[in-house]
Amino acid sequence: MRITRREFVKGGVAAFTVTFAAPELLSDLARAQGAHARNLVILYLSGGNDALSMLVPYNDPFYYSRRPTLAVPATTVLQVGADSSRVSLGLHPRLTGLKQIFDAGRLALIQRTGYDNQSRSHFEGTDIWSTADPRNPQGPGWVGRYLDSLASPVDPLAGWNTTSASPHVLQSNHVAVPAIASPAGYSFSSPNTGADASAERAAALRINSHVPVNRPEVAFVYESAQAAMATLDRVATVAAYTPSTGYPNTGLGQALRAVSGAMVKGIGTRIFYVTTGGFDTHSTQNVNAANGTYFTLMATINDALTAFYTDLRNQGLFDDTLLLSFSEFGRRISENGSQGTDHGAASVMMAMGGRVSGGLYGTAPVLNTDPGNPTLENSAGDVHYETDFRSVYARVIDSWLGADSSTLLNGDFRKASLTFV
Amino acid sequence: MAGHFDRPIEHLLRRAGFGASAAELDYYSQMSPTQAIDTLIDFDAVADDVDDKIFRSGYVGITARGPFVPAANITDARQRWLFRMVHTARPLQEKMTLFWHNHFATGYNKVAGALGAAEGARYMAAKASEDPARVRGQIEMLRDNALGNFRDILLNIAKDTAMLVWLDGRTNTRARPQENFAREVMELFTMGVGHYTETDVYAGARVFTGWNLARPGAAGDPAQHYEFVYNAAQHDTASKTFSFPVDAAGGNTIPARSAANGMQDGLDLINALAGNPNTARYLAMKLYRFFVSELRDPDPAFVDRIAAVYLQSRYDMKTVVREVLLSPQFWEPSSVFARYAWPAEFVVRALKEVGWVGFSVNDALTPMANMGQVLYEPPDVSGWDAGRSWFSTGAMLARMNFAAALAGNQKFNLARAAKTSAQSADAMLTYFLDVLQTAPLDVSVLKELGNYLNATGAWTGSDAQLQVKSAGLVHLIAGLPEYQFV
Repeated sequence: MRITRREFVKGGVAAFTVTFAAPELLSDLARAQGAHARNLVILYLSGGNDALSMLVPYNDPFYYSRRPTLAVPATTVLQVGADSSRVSLGLHPRLTGLKQIFDAGRLALIQRTGYDNQSRSHFEGTDIWSTADPRNPQGPGWVGRYLDSLASPVDPLAGWNTTSASPHVLQSNHVAVPAIASPAGYSFSSPNTGADASAERAAALRINSHVPVNRPEVAFVYESAQAAMATLDRVATVAAYTPSTGYPNTGLGQALRAVSGAMVKGIGTRIFYVTTGGFDTHSTQNVNAANGTYFTLMATINDALTAFYTDLRNQGLFDDTLLLSFSEFGRRISENGSQGTDHGAASVMMAMGGRVSGGLYGTAPVLNTDPGNPTLENSAGDVHYETDFRSVYARVIDSWLGADSSTLLNGDFRKASLTFV
Repeated sequence: MAGHFDRPIEHLLRRAGFGASAAELDYYSQMSPTQAIDTLIDFDAVADDVDDKIFRSGYVGITARGPFVPAANITDARQRWLFRMVHTARPLQEKMTLFWHNHFATGYNKVAGALGAAEGARYMAAKASEDPARVRGQIEMLRDNALGNFRDILLNIAKDTAMLVWLDGRTNTRARPQENFAREVMELFTMGVGHYTETDVYAGARVFTGWNLARPGAAGDPAQHYEFVYNAAQHDTASKTFSFPVDAAGGNTIPARSAANGMQDGLDLINALAGNPNTARYLAMKLYRFFVSELRDPDPAFVDRIAAVYLQSRYDMKTVVREVLLSPQFWEPSSVFARYAWPAEFVVRALKEVGWVGFSVNDALTPMANMGQVLYEPPDVSGWDAGRSWFSTGAMLARMNFAAALAGNQKFNLARAAKTSAQSADAMLTYFLDVLQTAPLDVSVLKELGNYLNATGAWTGSDAQLQVKSAGLVHLIAGLPEYQFV
């Protein structure tokens, strides 16, 4: 015998019949916010990117002695000149498209970014880079705090997360960023058709405009459902986007295709999050062979970013766009016994966009094993940071997003030499 | 908020299992909560015959592409696990297996990338009884030890083929120690971040040097397989010093040992990690968030108590989990519906409550990926980001759309079951809110559900209307935010 669990319904449905107003449509608001927007695309390289394989100090003999099987030969790097410490640097040979963007002056490489006592944990490291708060990396992400700072009501499509997860960098107190891995799959299904399906959708829309009182855990799920309902139609326009150039059939390529579509269709989104993984190269990192692990990672980045660059330029949107990359840490300088590299410290960040002042920022590490080597740490095992990563964020916040970095970052991290945007 | 009635047994079955079908609810309702806990915990007394029911009529379907080979095909393995979650008579065993999968989170893709697709599925999911070399995949090991001794689980994990690939232990050698496993065993599997140093990680890597893989058997023989080997020639024999005790006397140093005896280093460290008070607290907090509540910080009294029971019982998880389920914190009203349902929990509970005859678990796999959970493929070694992180808009839409797909699939079954409640829209709503368990619903939500039943025409209770409205209503209820809790 089943016991009736909900005696409260006995009052009858008729008593509940009330008309609810449809929620205000937000697309006009979105367009108003988007009209003056500068687009920011956050690219997270998951796993800890090996900066030394991406931007190679090819004249440093210790680079070769410490990486007997893992070094990129000087003859194959794509030379990008010398930095202010006169270290000659070259991009990984698979980054031919990025080299062109660099040569066009629209790619900045910010060397040795990190922070004090860098965590070598993936999770804590990601939390720290996401929150920009090494001491308390549990709160909202720095981009989430930016979204919180926008005048409300904030358009539910102010941000677009191209993954199905909820990355910490986007977590905010008030703004649920929709996760839309595939615009084509982002639609409302029904077991019925015609008028009955419409009635379900209308009911779902009204139900989800409800705000439960005193139950923040339920209210949070309502916010997600509500944001989903409120963004369906605009996302559908992006699903119909035909780009001006082909994108590679990788996760990152397809994500950037959607980002470009959202920009071209003018749906009002200004913050985008994309990611690509596989950078935790503890073993058989293989930087040189065409099917090698790291070589393939570089191919993924290069081909997706190059397509994005080409498409945005064709669409006249490159000047409105800034892409910023980060990874939770760089990797150990000396290779391990598995032809891989373990968790390290400082890494390299990339900034790409039509208003970027490209070039090399900061200085490369010197890789000699002298324990007193000031560019290294951990008994010369890891690269020591030179530029606090929050200084890079500060520049983006102040000069690109037009917000106040000292408020969002809880401190003044501005660094005058970081003029990349 | 409207009134609400939810029986204690339902709370227990949502947490210690995957919810309850009507039959399960009737079965467990005969018992007191304590008897039910005993039945769930002492699952060895219940026949483990769930796999025999695959492909039988009356059970949820499985879609095989050619032969059904969960030991060699990861899609089949995923289907088998979902089938078990729906139909097992040992729900707590399946629930703890999922807990351990999240705890020792190992991803199939890397294993398959290194060893091949079929081998990857084998080392993740093969049952010894179905493997020519009696290989037992990682999840089967965890299932066998679901309420076993934590130290044994840890030792098994350290020697597990999939783990030795996943965290690169197979390449950990004397000349070049590999830190990956040593770091995660301290950070994620035992003590937690903040309770070890970088130096400990380096020492830990040296401890496990030589814990590698071998591949006995002739090439081409199906019995050829990878298995753990202690490779003495690759072991670092020097002493290793830690920042925490590693022997019974409280010393911090594992002594230098001959290569032949060097495997003892790893056994010592596993012993020390299993018995470390920080491990006890780390597991207690994790069990709190899994079984009791995600809505508040772990209750210090609970953590103290469970950590003490863990240490006193010498890491016996059966004793520990029994204590968790008997704890006052588990039963207090604020713990009911105080946990966000994982996608696996949401999907399986929906199947148990809505119905499964005519549905294939294969059709839950893509939706689950969109909800953010692919079994055998956690996003990284820290497992899934649970709690609010499950509820991105895309993932919430995927839940709503799964509810729609299941409701559509079960349209005829639902209409038949609701026939006795067809006299009024009110009776329909009462019936389905009784079948589908939700956190308390506000009156305005109830009104909207009622409005929906009358939206496209007056209620007649005709068969055609019953089919449309049963499916539509189940879609709306299972897609409610209040349904996304366990």
